[in-house]
Amino acid sequence: MPDLGKYADAVLGSYAVTIVLLVALIGHSVWRGRRVRRQLAEIQARNGK
Amino acid sequence: MASLWQYANPQKFLAVSRAVLPFVAGGAAICLVVGLVWGFFFTPDDYKQGSTVKIIYLHVPAALMAINAWLMMLVASLIWLVRRHHVSALAAKAAAPIGITMTVIALVTGAIWGEPMWGTYWAWDPRLTSFLILFLFYLGYSALWQAIESPDAAADLTSVLCMVGSVFAILSRYAVNFWNQGLHQGASLSLDKEENVSDVFYLPLLVCIAGFILLFVALVLLRTQTEIRQRQLKALEARERMA
Repeated sequence: MPDLGKYADAVLGSYAVTIVLLVALIGHSVWRGRRVRRQLAEIQARNGK
Repeated sequence: MASLWQYANPQKFLAVSRAVLPFVAGGAAICLVVGLVWGFFFTPDDYKQGSTVKIIYLHVPAALMAINAWLMMLVASLIWLVRRHHVSALAAKAAAPIGITMTVIALVTGAIWGEPMWGTYWAWDPRLTSFLILFLFYLGYSALWQAIESPDAAADLTSVLCMVGSVFAILSRYAVNFWNQGLHQGASLSLDKEENVSDVFYLPLLVCIAGFILLFVALVLLRTQTEIRQRQLKALEARERMA
């Protein structure tokens, strides 16, 4: 771990916020994609497609 | 040579994007890990800014993508208005939440960086203000998609909003050149080597920017696939209700 000195809170805070937001965005995109794909497969199966 | 417009066919788009997505996502992951680890652990402190210079690897790529996501939405919106290709309207819709996230990252990391350097989290500086307005346009754009039931009407109106908001996307990029005032520094990246940040920061920054670009492309592909399937789902649900 590098010595961040008196700015450690600012630097680590920036990385934490960014990582949380990017993980949330990626997670939401993947989760919603899977949910819609599953729903589409179900309705297509019901309709015999 | 195959025409670009063949990808306006939803099935063709789904097939091609499914094949391309793992490589783009893998490239994004590699660039982000390499760039951020390189920048965080293996670059020195700046003689003026100390360790806060490490925020550049997040702030600059996020700000760049916030602006360029809007410009990508503008191109997709214009294609929708001129050629009425549904995939382009859905790609613009898919890009908006990514642009919002990038704008929030840029604003938050900028504020956190600004406090120790400028003595304040926020100033009504031309670049900061135009960026905040761009963020509000992003929110308005997404809200408009949700508010209108007819997909084609929503695509029309959001396309017009996108064109209006492009003024602020361009202002966000060039505000520091238009107005020689405010706290925000000039561009960190330039075609003029003299204006660039030092090489020791520049190279990992380029890798991080590549990572953010690839991440954006991967997420746009994934979310556009979802939007296409969502529309197919709604059409089938409507058909079931009618039967």
